Amino acid sequence: MRKFLRRFFRNPGAVLGLALLILLILVALLGPMVAGDPLEQNLLERLKPPGPGHPLGTDQLGRDVWARVVHGTRISLGVGFGVVLLASFLGVSVGLLAGGLGGVWDNLLMRLTDIFFAFPSLILAMAIAAALGPNLTNTVIAVALVTWPIYARLVRAQVLALREREFVEAARALGAGQGRILFRHLLPNALTPVLVQASYEVGAAILTAAGLSFIGFGAQPPTPEWGAMVAETRNYMAEAPWAATAPAVGILLTVLAFNLLGDGLRDVLDPRGH
Amino acid sequence: MGAYILRRLFMVVFVGVGITFITFFIAQVIPIDPAAAALGENAREEQIREFRERYGLDKPLLVQYGIYLQRLLHLDLGRSLRTGRPVAEDLREFFPATLELALAAFWVAILLGIPAGVWAALRQNRVPDLLVRLMALLLGSTPVFFLAILLLDLLHRRLGVLPGPGRLDPYLIPPPPVTGMVTVDALLARDFAAFQDALAHLFLPAFVLGSASAALLARMVRAAMLEVLSQDYVRTAWAKGLSERQVVLRHALKNAALPVLTLLGGLMGGLLSGAVLTETIFSWPGLGRYVTQSATSLDFPAVMGVTLLVGVIYSLLNLVVDLLYALLDPRIRYA
Repeated sequence: MRKFLRRFFRNPGAVLGLALLILLILVALLGPMVAGDPLEQNLLERLKPPGPGHPLGTDQLGRDVWARVVHGTRISLGVGFGVVLLASFLGVSVGLLAGGLGGVWDNLLMRLTDIFFAFPSLILAMAIAAALGPNLTNTVIAVALVTWPIYARLVRAQVLALREREFVEAARALGAGQGRILFRHLLPNALTPVLVQASYEVGAAILTAAGLSFIGFGAQPPTPEWGAMVAETRNYMAEAPWAATAPAVGILLTVLAFNLLGDGLRDVLDPRGH
Repeated sequence: MGAYILRRLFMVVFVGVGITFITFFIAQVIPIDPAAAALGENAREEQIREFRERYGLDKPLLVQYGIYLQRLLHLDLGRSLRTGRPVAEDLREFFPATLELALAAFWVAILLGIPAGVWAALRQNRVPDLLVRLMALLLGSTPVFFLAILLLDLLHRRLGVLPGPGRLDPYLIPPPPVTGMVTVDALLARDFAAFQDALAHLFLPAFVLGSASAALLARMVRAAMLEVLSQDYVRTAWAKGLSERQVVLRHALKNAALPVLTLLGGLMGGLLSGAVLTETIFSWPGLGRYVTQSATSLDFPAVMGVTLLVGVIYSLLNLVVDLLYALLDPRIRYA
């Protein structure tokens, strides 16, 4: 663990990613208390450029862009973590069962994974969100349903490789049952690549969810969700570019943080890495 | 090899049927009656009943699905509830625009991503490498819908160097449709003014759609090249006194191409389905815009048609990539 931390903190990208992420989490937790009301309209203050009182200007309804972006941080991080928790739980379970049970089960579960893998993910997410009704919870469910196969394949490959290793053999020889071997021996050792993947996937989920909201299948106005904010303000790019740019930069920084963190974790956890 | 291809083709069919199955049952959880949604609020009771009968919505679920599969055998994808036309006909109309866009984006990704990756690997940890990595990281983290809005505002509205949304200037007469891809049709008709204009219209959406893939490709190529450049045979090539150009083109790139190739199939598939956002912003009359409008109006036969088409193409592309892989690397044999 100490070796891991030392390597991690020597990796400038990883440190930058972590620092950015901590900052974003602080904004998400504490920001809404100080940033003001994201929904309060003031039509006399429409499309005001950044200045005193409105650090990031105002949008077409005179709402404070800063307040909306800050509140959006909480939403996007929540969606990103929610999707990854749900998807990795689903995917790890399927991969563990497929790799651990083998035979018919393996075949059945992996063919199911193939189908979901071939599905055009944004279109499937759109269909699910349209069917369930467009809102944030359904966005999380939809994006999780299109991203779990990646964890299933990762974990299954790990389990297949680990199953033949000596420590598993030893456990089996000592009389450990199937369940014990799966959960006590295979699962913990299969999780490293999941952690790396999960880090990238939080960013990817935030991008997908923002895209869904942008085309109207996710968070609905006036919710201060970043993708929805860009959609609402895109027609004012000429007179008030800050209104659409600020939430887009929010998305960019958040996704960047997770990508940096993912790269860093991969370098640190995989010593053969590039 | 023949048996392997057959087995893989069977898998493509299996995946295709699986996709229709999943979409079909997603369609069933809709809390809204699609008949009422299609006919509007003022529809009379018997209109709704008639609509349900015409589209087979009055039958039990499994029967409905059975009918769907039976028709699928004859390539009949049912009727769109929104356009009222056969879905297969809609797909034929909208697919070429998406294919044109995705192919162009694919070239953007290749022409930007591969040289950038090679350059970065050759100058590892120096300015070019850091520059490429930074660009790749930023492009990979930018929401494509904002990139589209930003570039449209900058290059079209403010600087006026590129045309806005759409495929062709409305004052130009579109070339007679042969392939449905305006650039190709213009060339076939020898209408070079239309070709130039169509190409200009294609540039921005293709760049926007391809940019994230270019970033991904650059990272992959860089990693693969670094791996290859550390091999003995490359050192030998340098030691022989070959120029950088010869070492890269003849010795390194060829061997780095294999791991990158596996990525390309998925990339093209991703571009086809990723076109949803780009098409919406650029008013591009392709499958992405069609499926967005269909999903909005809960037109599930249309959504099923699009997902099936894109999913099958994706699976076929992966099959082609695997076969190419065996063709290029004599060590790989499929049984």
